[in-house]
Amino acid sequence: MGATTLSYVVNRLAQGVVVVFAVATLVFVLLQAAPGDPLTVLSDQPQLAPEALERMRRSFGLDRSIPEQYVRYLGRLVRGDFGVSLTQHRPVLAALADALPNTLLLALAALLVDLTVGVGIGIVQGMRPRTVTDQLLSLVTITLYAMPVFWLGLLALVIFGQQLDWFPVGGLVDPVRHATLSPAGRVLDRLHHLALPALTLGLVGAGYTARHQRSALLEVVGQEFVRTARAKGLRERAVVLRHALRNALLPTITLAGLAFPALLSGSVLVEAVFAWPGMGRLAADAIGRRDFPLVTAAAILAAVLVVLGNLAADLTARLADPRLRQEG
Amino acid sequence: MRIRLGLALVLALVALALFAPLLAPYPPAAQLDLETLRTVPPSMAHPFGTDPYSRDLLSRVLHGARLSLTIALLAVALAVTVGTAIGLASGWAGGLADTVLMRLVDAGLAVPKIFIVLVVLALWEKVTVAALIAILGGTGWFGVSRIVRAEVRAARTREYVAAAQALGASAGRVVLRHVLPNVAAPVIVIAAMGVGQVVLLEAGLSYLGVGVPQPTPSWGNIIADGQQVLLTAPWVATSAGLAVVVTVLAFSLLGDGLREHLDPRTR
Repeated sequence: MGATTLSYVVNRLAQGVVVVFAVATLVFVLLQAAPGDPLTVLSDQPQLAPEALERMRRSFGLDRSIPEQYVRYLGRLVRGDFGVSLTQHRPVLAALADALPNTLLLALAALLVDLTVGVGIGIVQGMRPRTVTDQLLSLVTITLYAMPVFWLGLLALVIFGQQLDWFPVGGLVDPVRHATLSPAGRVLDRLHHLALPALTLGLVGAGYTARHQRSALLEVVGQEFVRTARAKGLRERAVVLRHALRNALLPTITLAGLAFPALLSGSVLVEAVFAWPGMGRLAADAIGRRDFPLVTAAAILAAVLVVLGNLAADLTARLADPRLRQEG
Repeated sequence: MRIRLGLALVLALVALALFAPLLAPYPPAAQLDLETLRTVPPSMAHPFGTDPYSRDLLSRVLHGARLSLTIALLAVALAVTVGTAIGLASGWAGGLADTVLMRLVDAGLAVPKIFIVLVVLALWEKVTVAALIAILGGTGWFGVSRIVRAEVRAARTREYVAAAQALGASAGRVVLRHVLPNVAAPVIVIAAMGVGQVVLLEAGLSYLGVGVPQPTPSWGNIIADGQQVLLTAPWVATSAGLAVVVTVLAFSLLGDGLREHLDPRTR
């Protein structure tokens, strides 16, 4: 890693901190704008004495001025203290820490599906633009893009989970057999459970990626160096795959970073369909009982993931494209 | 071609939504007969079948169109108005205001939208349809403002702006009469695409049970009703899901078509 790359990373991390800080502020504004204060939720519980509620208000610092609350709120966030979940009865951070790896596993597996299928379809289309194949695939990708991800998940669940019985219908692992399996068997069990949710989430994203990849490839194919490659007498496959594609993949790397918000949004729904114990499901389940510490922390954590995802994508793009490194 | 197909589908959907009360054979929330009409498969009397509460699905899907499209169109109108106003102000003013606003936009884009909506839903007790529109619109303007701002930054240096200023036009007049029409094209495209995205988001929220409350029909909560009987009565979730796909497809085609039409470079 060169000095310019290091200073680039430091710079980008600083920008990321600013973004997360802004998200935390946004959440604080929403907390303040909400009717009553967050503990009003609890006031309809008859077993809770008014004095106890007052004590809780004080312990949450809700009796102080708004600027003071804001500073204390930021201070707690910096220390990693997101409060105690009202539904889980344990620190929010502990609850999210349990769910986070599952969401990351799902999101990254979906991203892999998204990129493989999306780029693949985009290349097939870009190599024969305006043919019947191209137009049929365009119809497929625009339809995938229009699919409600939870509905596609339900279809997959019925067809491949219940009718054909190829895949389990939900959960992270087989609750009965998993503990008895060999290490390799456990990995296979996990992958078996991961397949349907990851394919569902990835395929919807692939619709967008393919549309993007097709136009990126068509844009590059019109450029001079591609004409040169053709003029040298290279075969069309070599021209497209060796010369055009390498350049047309660059914007896709950035796109993969930008796909993170959609992946995390989609995972909330996919996790609900497949009973996948991730942070989206945790947050969605907490809504009904208005567990605001858990939900707000999940939103801030999601923002952190998006910032890191963008940074990872931009660093990959710099590795792949020397022109970006020279600009510094 | 795309633009015509998209426009035709959109107009057809709007017509179905507008005339839903006339077209729907039954009131959408009416439980027709809990003894004999629960999850009846599609037939002449009930072309889309009935749901587990013996409600007529054709009527629910038609009324769902009314609600989904109203929510999506109004939310997008709100998002586009706010986003355009902030983009124009930020891009034209520059300086500190621009920096602060764009960091705010970065933050808005960094939180997956469904999480912002979940936060709001966790904090407010009752969510009415009007509130849902406000939430979806209020969280949908970040992307619009970023695009408008970029267009305004580019437009600032153009001759027509200098010409208008030389003629003594005020900043407000230059922005609204000269810059705005020139940044309208990408806004129209993003608005068309945005309607489909809001339809998807609203369906997702209603599916999770935090969007449109029962018994009011929304495509999302019809799919949620269908989930319970997915194996025995797959038609419940199928019709509403297809309605979402067709709607999002229609607005995507329209957006794609408009982009090609409005941006000569892609022709």
